[in-house]
This record gives sequence, structure tokens and C-alpha cells, in this order.
Amino acid sequence: MARFITVDGNEAVASVAHRSSETIAIYPITPSSSMGELADEWSSKGRTNLWGQVPEVIEMQSEAGAAGAVHGALQAGSLATTFTASQGLLLMIPSLYKIAGELTAFCMHVAARSLATHALSIFGDHSDVMACRPCGFALLASGSVQEAQDFACVAHAATLEARVPFLHFFDGFRTSHEVAKIEPLEDATLLAMYDERALLAHRSRALTPDRPSLRGTAHNPDTYFQAREACNPFYDACPQIVERAFERFAQLTGRRYQLFEYSGAPDAERVIVLMGSGAGAVDECVERLNAHGARVGLLRVRLFRPFALERFAAALPASVRSIAVLDRTKEPGALGEPLFLDVLAALREARELGLAHWSGEPRVIGGRYGLSSKEFTPSMAKAVFDELARAKPRNHFTVGIVDDVTHRSLEWDPNFEVEAADVVRAVFFGLGADGTVGANKNSIKIIGEETELYAQGYFVYDSKKSGSITISHLRFGPRPIRSSYLVRRASFVACHQFGFLERYGVLEYAEDGAVLLLNAPHAPAELWDELPREVQQQILDKQLQVWTIDAAQVAAASGMGNRINTVMQTCFFAISGVLPREEAIAKIKQAIAKTYGKKGAELVERNFAAVDSALAHLHRVEVPAAATSKRGMLPPVSPKAPEFVQRVTAAIVAGHGDLLPVSAFAPDGVWPTGTSRWEKRNIAAEIPVWDASLCIQCNKCAELCPHAAIRAKSYDAGALAGVPGTFKSTAARGKDLPGSHFTIQVAPEDCTGCALCVAVCPAKDKSNPRHKALDMLAQAPLLAAERENYAFFLEIPEADRAAVKLDNKGVQLLEPLFEYSGACAGCGETPYIKLLSQVVGDRLLIANATGCSSIYGGNLPTTPYTANRDGRGPAWANSLFEDNAEFGLGLRLGVDALTREARALVAQLAPALLPQALAEALLGAHVANEAELREQRARIDTLRRALAPANSPAAARLAQIADYLAPKSVWAIGGDGWAYDIGFGGLDHVLSSGRKLKILVLDTEVYSNTGGQQSKATPRGAAAKFAVAGKTLGKKDLASMMMGYGHVYVARIALGAKDSQAVKALLEAESYDGPALVIAYSHCIAHGYDLALGAEQQKLAVGAGAWPLYRFDPRRAAAGEPALQLDSGAPTPTLAQYMRGETRFRMVEQADPGRYRSLVAQTERELRERWSVLEQLATPRPAATTPSTKS
Amino acid sequence: MDLSTNYLGLQLPHPLMAGASPLVDDLELVQRCIDSGASAIVMHSLFEEQIRGEALARTHYGEAHADSHAEARSYLPGLDEFRLGPDEYLERIRRIRALSSVPVIASLNGTSEGSWLRYARSMQEAGASALELNLYELETDPHESAAVVERRALEVVQSVRAVVTIPIAVKLSPYYTALAHFAGALERAGADGLVLFNRFYQPDIDIDALEVARTLKLSERSELLLRLRWLAILSPQVKGSLAVSGGVHEAEDAIKAIMTGAHGVQLVSALLRRGPEHLARVLSDLREWLEQHEYDSLEQMRGSMNLKRCPDPRGYERANYVQLLQSWRFELD
Repeated sequence: MARFITVDGNEAVASVAHRSSETIAIYPITPSSSMGELADEWSSKGRTNLWGQVPEVIEMQSEAGAAGAVHGALQAGSLATTFTASQGLLLMIPSLYKIAGELTAFCMHVAARSLATHALSIFGDHSDVMACRPCGFALLASGSVQEAQDFACVAHAATLEARVPFLHFFDGFRTSHEVAKIEPLEDATLLAMYDERALLAHRSRALTPDRPSLRGTAHNPDTYFQAREACNPFYDACPQIVERAFERFAQLTGRRYQLFEYSGAPDAERVIVLMGSGAGAVDECVERLNAHGARVGLLRVRLFRPFALERFAAALPASVRSIAVLDRTKEPGALGEPLFLDVLAALREARELGLAHWSGEPRVIGGRYGLSSKEFTPSMAKAVFDELARAKPRNHFTVGIVDDVTHRSLEWDPNFEVEAADVVRAVFFGLGADGTVGANKNSIKIIGEETELYAQGYFVYDSKKSGSITISHLRFGPRPIRSSYLVRRASFVACHQFGFLERYGVLEYAEDGAVLLLNAPHAPAELWDELPREVQQQILDKQLQVWTIDAAQVAAASGMGNRINTVMQTCFFAISGVLPREEAIAKIKQAIAKTYGKKGAELVERNFAAVDSALAHLHRVEVPAAATSKRGMLPPVSPKAPEFVQRVTAAIVAGHGDLLPVSAFAPDGVWPTGTSRWEKRNIAAEIPVWDASLCIQCNKCAELCPHAAIRAKSYDAGALAGVPGTFKSTAARGKDLPGSHFTIQVAPEDCTGCALCVAVCPAKDKSNPRHKALDMLAQAPLLAAERENYAFFLEIPEADRAAVKLDNKGVQLLEPLFEYSGACAGCGETPYIKLLSQVVGDRLLIANATGCSSIYGGNLPTTPYTANRDGRGPAWANSLFEDNAEFGLGLRLGVDALTREARALVAQLAPALLPQALAEALLGAHVANEAELREQRARIDTLRRALAPANSPAAARLAQIADYLAPKSVWAIGGDGWAYDIGFGGLDHVLSSGRKLKILVLDTEVYSNTGGQQSKATPRGAAAKFAVAGKTLGKKDLASMMMGYGHVYVARIALGAKDSQAVKALLEAESYDGPALVIAYSHCIAHGYDLALGAEQQKLAVGAGAWPLYRFDPRRAAAGEPALQLDSGAPTPTLAQYMRGETRFRMVEQADPGRYRSLVAQTERELRERWSVLEQLATPRPAATTPSTKS
Repeated sequence: MDLSTNYLGLQLPHPLMAGASPLVDDLELVQRCIDSGASAIVMHSLFEEQIRGEALARTHYGEAHADSHAEARSYLPGLDEFRLGPDEYLERIRRIRALSSVPVIASLNGTSEGSWLRYARSMQEAGASALELNLYELETDPHESAAVVERRALEVVQSVRAVVTIPIAVKLSPYYTALAHFAGALERAGADGLVLFNRFYQPDIDIDALEVARTLKLSERSELLLRLRWLAILSPQVKGSLAVSGGVHEAEDAIKAIMTGAHGVQLVSALLRRGPEHLARVLSDLREWLEQHEYDSLEQMRGSMNLKRCPDPRGYERANYVQLLQSWRFELD
């Protein structure tokens, strides 16, 4: 029997690429990141390539860097590869032209992904690959996990012979992340595929001083053109080389592929042409339609470039009368998308060359499908075939969406189903943190590798980083599974979080008679009454078999904490019928022993206990005859929300975003701010409860809350009219507060329960210090009252910005304009953004680099940046990852241009149209604080009123841009990956420009968003991906580098360690009339500890000197003082203590204690040295003395 | 001068050994201990509770966010590559063993029977010359009697005895109601020797922050006295070995311990304060003292001042409070 493995597409491809390469240069980007990570992991374990060498894996500063590095490695004669996607691929394009132009044997692998246009999307389509068509690369498309692995091998083999570089691509997520049972490629197969002579030839072309040659010459008009044509024979020969490789591959493995592969009726009249994973859905549709008498077919394009005309023509059935070409990309303004245009050209040329063996001229239409992983189902394929059957099929259509603007979309029948009855389909709703996806991957492994059944898993995540939902789609069946789309009718549905039932259409996935498994905190007999009425009705209508378990309780009792994965996995095997129960349980235990055996016997024992206990606590629920519940499902957003939120945001929140038509969206990607407040997520099991009698009103809770879900207000007694009975209020302490009363209030439905606020609360009960001014208590019993209290709290007037003292305490009384984001519970970044929104308030423009902060800042469905009652608030945009500093500078330049224009118009229009005094006041105003800002805004209002009667174009222009007479603050925000690595060149340039752009770096010391890859901000001794054994070199000292300019305001801050300094730094950066760089220590889940202790770790980091606090203010230098002020003390010998508290360091210590100690010692030395330099810089220089004349 | 001693059946050139301390974490320091003549190296305890806690924490933080977001499989590198507590510890035993022929005494603090057996066996396999069972647990359960606690300890010793062939010492705390009786029971359960006494983290209180602060102070010489008394009491009674741990800083301290019956003398705080080379000084001072005082061998003085052989056993017994106060006043004069 053939050997099988269950892996995802990325792993399948990376395995081939790693074994076939010597040098691997990468840069992480979704959805390709895991290929590089796996390659690195394997190399760090010493896994060798086919020739016994451990490939070197190097992480670069950007994809442009990775492409440059592989280009060099290839020129040096080595076998190199890289993995990328989307914007990363775009950054590689210049190098790709070079690599191809030099006829270099090279294969790279792309998990194809959408490009950032009107919006960023991490999901799959061919937009990125299609942008590379002219580079001169062969483009080879695979459409399943098995194919992705196989084509990786074929591509590596073919490029060696062809010397045409290969870009092997497969659909991001759908293939890269689908877990499937495949036949692996053994080393012997790979070796047999690679031609030894071609390998030697590659080596012989190496750039070497032993056989000196020169490349990269510059040509003139006399030679460039003809020299460029010299490569033609290689492209002519390439398709045959691929064909021969496919043939060799078939002989070795039995799996046969063709350049263009036709399947379906031999006498088909209607044919769909496409490439990638969509072929699976079309194939299923073709089979079903043909079984019912249709004559349809599918032509898969494998090798898109070089386009083999002859093979294309030969592959089409002679009976073809109409063709629909489906492109998974969009080229606005083109006559059609790339594959469509190529097919048109191919048909025409085939006719001219006499290759057309079909009669007549087939009708050809083109359409778009599947952008950004939009579902593409057999039903949609049928819609395309139906369209082809019409007398006048529509061209340039779309399928999979509803286009109610240009009416190009095809309708499809949602009830057209092709799934076989003998395939078990299961859908699981889980929480990101509960381990559901991991457990399902494990189940697939068990079934895929231990039984005859084929298995497939695909996982859908929402975009939140706290309380995120995962939906797992699993299929198990007797044949290889081609279904490249989500499960829609499942025979098994599990809801691992009871609360989901009242929020999402969980049961929409259940087919009639399906098994429903509910994790519920209720006794089986009481469960029915706890279900919403709609759910009850669906259970009855679909005659579902309902089972329940209190998994949280079972997991806790087994010592598993909140990880219910093992419990729920056991239940799945016990009642889904995929495997005989006893066999399944034995296999789960084997899998547990394998997974956790190395991690500790205790873990194995606890998991075993969870398995046994799960079986004992799993109960069948008796279903009554009628729906009885009085409770209905919850609305996705508040009924008070604005119309757009009700119509659009609500649909996305409810999981029905696919149903929104084109007209729901602004055509340019503009989106309203302030929508996160309408989605009440209720994800905290416990929330902080305030004891006013203990509170010292330091506001640290509000300051460090990552979600603006606990707030402070000071107000006058009058605000308490109509106060709810449980609302807490106390006398304001201190004279600085703007009101006589004070309240700390939690937003019970927005809190994530991270407990950071409680951890930083310094106010303890003197008799019982365990009780503090904030304690975490169960949310459910408090919800109703606190919801009402929070609503009341929000109505209390906001503090007067001009009246509040802008220090760490006072700033927290100001309205945050960044709230309820989807950031991780305990996030260390978001408090800084919130703080900035409080400090700078409502005149903030933000350029946000791609990364965590752009995801929680701008990923649908909701937007956390919000406006105040005047309608002003942060305006936010994400351009790219790499260009954020430049983009921010551009915003600054643009704002300055409008300001100049407005000022010029004021001068121009006075005194004829404007009172001279007003004009002078407007132009002469010095706006350095909130009071002055308010005055200027009042003048602008007066100006507008004065302009209203005027009827000149100049007056109209001024009225439109009058607001620019008040200053706007432009900040570029991003993570360390941006600032230290990919965007460093731009950041450096922008700061050097002297322009008034402010930069906030949220430094987590690692690439957080893409999953913990090292950056140059990663400190020595920390484990990160690409530094698995712990980083050897020290953290890049970005602040010192930028201080070197002299004219840049620079600060290093750590809110949890010294909030007063952080607030001061932001205020100084803001007020400085020049560029500013503020680098903020941000604790992160990638550090591996309970983030409730984030502030504690920050203190330790500062104390140990790992994160010195300082401010470098060029204004001080101008005043004759040292520009640098140190805000923390000399390093204390507590570095080891700081590091010990975080898994990222501790795992390095455990791996090699000796090496770790030396890394720590080296770091201590370095920190002391850096500190002494800082100290010198901060020491006032003695006044210059007159040189003595004595000798 | 013959300083040799037999501790737990191990024939040692002299009784001075490097006691359980963080020194063993650094092979270079271990080498310096060996170069200074340490007759054995006692490893610090492998704390089962810590290993378990770390394994759980590591798995928790490694897995907690894995597979929770589309952009990342996980947020920390794979954990398979990292050796866990016991492996790290066992590897250290192997490495120290590889340095020289000096015996290595591994130490274990367990909380469940399974782990005692598992780790004890692994330590023997890794090359430990003997085991030191660190029995101390802080009993805070008001429903658990002293008898239950003692019985559980005896069961641990019995079960470890059943799975390892190397000698076993039991390191005790002074907080047993009937230590003399318990010591006998431990011997019958299979202990080859006793180590007196454990020293613990002592909670301190931060009166401003209202926090409990954990501290571990290095020992003072004054702490030796408690140990001398119990060495003296147990010495005539036990058949196996006795070792002292805590308060031995100079040769004089070692001499007192040996006179009260110690076969092994463990130095910890003195080495941490003054470096591993201090052991060589104590050793040479010890030899010199014996020579100056014309002893034939170290064995000659062992137990000379124990309860059975000392001139005035009442000195070790209670009811000498007043005398002590008088003598104290005398010293003040």
C-alpha cells in the first residue's frame, strides 16, 4: 500500500523545496509564511537536502531582499529557492526580471494571494501571480495539496533543464492551508526527477573568479533588442521539457499530469478553462452534469507560461462550441483578464496554424471568480455552464457575488449539490483559544494516516485576535477529496462555544438528520430551555440528533484549563461514526502520547484523563416536540446603530458578508470610522469590578486597557441626574480633576477579560490586600446592570480638553478615540494608540504600516478609530507594509499644501471679503494647546460664516479647506518589522527630511502578525522563528541610530514601566517642530506569558536596562543643555530575572543552558556599555573655558 | 593524614563536598569545585513541581494562540526542539560525570509517587552515584496529621528504594515532631543516610506594597548549631550515614559536624560567597588542624561529641536555658 501523510499545501511544497535547495532566502508573508518557517525549522533540526547538505535558511528584511539574495545565490551557482505571496511577490519583480533575463535555473513557490487595492486581503487569488506574467518566468499552477507537492518537484526538475526560472503557484489558503491526505514524494523520486547533467550545467554557469565572466552589462540601442531576443529558444523548448518532466514523474509515481488537461465528456460542447484549485469544484460539477446527460468539460491550465499553443489546441475536444474562461484576478480597464485574452489569442492563432481540430469558431466568454478566496462551488460552475448554453451568453461576467451596480454577475442555484453520500462532512465552531482547529488537524491526521479513508480539513478564521471564531470544515471519504470549497451541508455539526448559538447561524450547516454536538455549561435536562427559539426550531425541522457535554468543566477537572480540544475531539469520535468508537478512542490516545510524550508525562496523563472523562460526561439530549424558548437570537449589532452599520456591518458580523451586493460598498474603499462600538462581543468570562472606596484615582487601569473597555471620568454632580441604581460614583480626589465626582466604569460587553487593569491596580484593601480597587468577577451576573451603567457613563459629558492637566493621570480623563479593537486580550500595543488618540485628540491623521496594528485598526467588520461628539477624530489609512513612513510623509506634505493654500486664500480675500482682524487673527494664531486650538476653530467657524454670502470661486475654495488653518498632526504608526526592517530605509529618509512627521513604533521585538518571526528588534537570547535556538546578535538600537541625526526628537517609552514619561514623550514629540520617533515597548503574545503581567515585565525590562527610557529633544540642545534626558536608572543585575519570566527566553535557556548564560552575560555587558554611552550623552558638558595661555 | 570517609557507601577521600546549589548549573564552576578537591558534587533538587509547572506553562503559551488566526500557525517556534526540565537535569548529570570520577549525588523533590519513581530511575541511568531525596513539602492542610505526612514520606523512600540500586540519602527539614523516631523509620524504609537540614525560601513581607516577597538568604554560621545538636542526637542511633548541610563555612565548622557524627559535610553558602576555591582552603585547614591536634585520622574524631560520647549529654538536651543565659552574660563581660 502506498504511504500517505496528511499535510497542508505549504508543508507539502516546502518539503520538496527544502530537499531540493541549498540556499533559501525568505521574508514572512501570509499565506506563504509557514513554508519558510518549516524550512527553517527543518534546517535547524539538521535535516538535509537530497545531496546531504543542510540548506541555509535566511530571513531577509523584505521580499525585495529575499529576491536579491536568491539572485546572488543562484549566480554563485547554488540551488536556491524562496516562498512568497501578494505584495511580497510584487517587491520581488525587479529581481525576477533579472533572474529570468539571465536564464537562471530557479524555482520559487507562491501561495497566490490578493493584492492590496481598495483594501488589503490576505486571502487567495491570482492577482499577484498575474502581475508577474511579463517577467519571463514559467508559471505553473497546481490546484490541490497533492498537486502542489508534485508540481513543486516538477518545477524544480524542469527549471534545471530549461534554464527558464519557474514560479510555481497554488491558491493561498484554499491549497496552502488545506490539510489533505496525500502520497508523499520520497527522496529517491526527487533524485530520479533531477537531471544530474543539468545540475552540473547550473554549477558550471556560476560566477567565479576561477572562470571570470561579467554579468549585468548595460547595452545601448544598437544591441539591447537583439540580445534580448536571444533567449527565445529556451522559452520555445520549455513546454516540452515540462511535458517530459510530467512523463518522468508519471513513470515514477503513477500520477499523470499534462500541460493542459482536459476532463469531462469527450464530445463536450461547453468547456470551462481555468487554473488553480477551482478546477476541483468544476470537475465535480462536470461529472454531475454529464451523469445527467449534459456534454460539458473542463480544461485545466497547468503551464500558463510559456503558453504551449499546440498542446492547448490538442487538449480541447473537437466538439467544443463554447468556452468560458475563468480568471481569478481582475485587471480593471482591460478587454479581459489574462487567461481569457490568452485563450482568445490561442484560438485565433491555432486556427491560423491549422491546429484547430474543432469545427466552427467556438464562442468564448470570460469571467472572474474567487477573488480573495471567495467561495467557488460546483453550483457556480454550473451557472457558468448554464450561461454558455444561452443564446447570447454574457461576456466579462462575475460569478460568486451579486453585482447590482454593473449587473455582470451570474446567478447560481444555492441548492445545487454534488457531494457524495458516502463522504462524512463535519463543521466545528470553536474559539481561537480553545484549541478546536488544532484538535481537528489532529483528527484529520488520525483518520488520514491510520485508516483507509481520505481526509480534508479547511479552517476559516475571523479577523479578531481576541475571542476569535474558527470554523473547521472537515471531509472524510473513501476517495481522494476534490471539493475545493467549504462544507455547506454537514452530517456532523459541533458548537464548541455555547454562546455562538445565539449569535451565528451554526445550524445552517446541518443537513437533515445530522448529529449536533453542543458544549454547554448546562445539565442535559436543562439544555433545551437554554437554546434560542430559532435554534430549537431548526433542530426540530432538521430532526437533528443532539448531544451535549460540559467540556469546560470536564477540561478543568482533568487539569486542562480552558483547553477543551481533547474533550471535544473525543466526543466527535464517539458520536460522529467516522470510525468505530473503541478504535477511535485508542487512536486518540496514541496521538496524545505522540504529541505530548516529549513535552512531559503530566500532559499525557491529563489528556488521557480528559478523554476518559469526556466519554463519561457526554449525553444525548431528549428533543421535545415543539420549540418552547422565549429567547431569540441576538441581533449582530445594536438596533441603535446607524443605517450603514445595520445594513453592511451587521451582515458581516453575522457571517453573511458573502450576501452583500456590490452596491453596499464605496467603490474607492472608503469606510466609516467608529463602528466597533456597535458590535458587542461579550467575550469576557470575568470583568473588573470597581471598589470606589479603595480607588486612588490613578487611572492606570484605563491607561493600560488595550480595548478602552475601562474608562475614567470626572464630572460635576449635575451629571448624575437619572443615575442607575448600581452606578458607582465617588468624590474626586485632588484639585487637578475637572469635576467634583469620579467614576471608573467597565464596558462589560467590550472587555476581553485580560485582567491587565487589575494587575496594575495599586490600591489594596489594607485589611485584606487580596481585595483591590479592581477585582475580576464573573461577567454574567453583572452584565445587565453594568451594561446600563456603561451606557449612562458614556452619556456623562466628556472632560473639557482645555481644563485637564495633560499628565499620565489627567490624559486618561479624556475621551479615547480608539476603542474596542479586535486586538489580543492583554495587547501591549493598543494602549499606546489609545493614549495617542487622547493626547493628540481629534486632529490626528494616521499612516499605518501593515501588521497587527493595521489588522486590529482596519480589518472588517468593525473599525475601532472613532470620532468625538463634534464628529472629529483620527483619520486613518494603511498604504503598504514597506512604504508607511513615506506614505505618512506624503500625508504631511499634502496637509501642508492645503494649509498653505488656505492661508494664501485668507490673505487674498482680506480685507475685501473678510474682516482684516479675523484674517490677521487666523494667520497669526499660535496654536500650542487645546485652548488655543479651540479659539482657532472658533475663528474658522467665523470665517466660514463670513464666507457664506461671498460668491467667488476663491471663497468657495477657502470654505472647503478652512479647517486646515487649524493644525493637524500626522503620525506614522507601525511595528518593529516595519520600522527596523522592511520600512527602515523609508523611515530613515523621512526622519532625515526634517519634516514634521511623527513616528510611533510599537515594538514587540518580533513579527507579531505573521506569527513570531525574528526582526532586527528581537533581543539576543530570545527564541523566534528564524532564530529558533535564540537570537545570537543583539537588538538593533534604532533610537541611538536616529539620535545621531541630531535634529530628530527620539524617545524610548514603556507605558507599563513609567507612564508619566510615556505621556511626556508623546506630548513633546507632538509639539516638536520637526520629525519625531517614539519607540514603545509592547508586550505581546509572542513573548509567551500571561499578558496580565505585561506591565510587570515592562518594569523588569526597564530596570534591567533591556529597555532604557529616555528622551532626546533637539530643543534642549538648542538651549545649551544635553539633548538627551535619561528617564530610567542604570541597569541593575536583574536581566536574568526579566528574561526568565517569558517563554521566548526560557525555551532558549532550556535548550542550551550554557549558551544561554553566555548570551545573557553578553547582553548584560552590552546593555551596560550602551547605558554608559547614553549617560555620557546626557551629562551636561562643562562650560567652555578660555584656553590657558600658560604652558 | 587520612581524611577518608564513607558516605552512603561511597568511599570518599574526605567529607567536604559541594552541596546543592546553583553552582552545578555552570560546568565551569563545577570544574572549579572539582579542582578545589570536592569529594562529591551534590546537584540541586530537580523540583517535580517546577518541571510540571513549566511543561504545562510552556505548552499553554505555545498552544494558547496557535491556530487561532489566519496569518499565523503559532507565535513561538516549535517546542519539540527544546529539552524539558528532567532532560536538562539528566544531561547535566551526564556532563558532570564526564568531567571527572568525582561522585555526583542527584537530588529530587517530588510531589507524586509516579514522578519520584520515574525521575529517580532516570537519574540512576544518567549516572548519578547516589540520590538525595528532598522530602520537604510545606503542609498547610489542617486536615492532614503529622502521622499521615510521615507515612507518605516513608512510602516514597520505600518505593524509590525498590527501583534504584544506588544509595539513597534523605534530606530532612528540622520541622518534625519526633525526628529521632522518624529517622529510624526512614532507615528501615531503605534510606542509606540522612542530610541535616534543608534550608528554604522564606517569605518576607513588603509592608508598603502589601506583597509577600520571596527571599533566600545565604546561610550564616550560627545556623550550624541546630544541625550540630541533631547530628549529635541521631549519630549514636542511625546505622547509615549522616551529612550536614547549612552553616558550614570554615574548617572549624566541619570539625564540629564531624565530631557530632557527620560522614559528609556539604558546603554551599561559603562557596557561593567566596568561590569554589574556598573548599580547598577549608580542606587544608581541616588537615592542618587534625595534624596540629595530633589526630591519627579523621575517623578518630567522628562522633566524638555525639549524644552518647560527649562528656555532658545534657548540653544537647533541653532545660539548659538558664545556663546559656549565664554563659552568654559571661561572654559579654
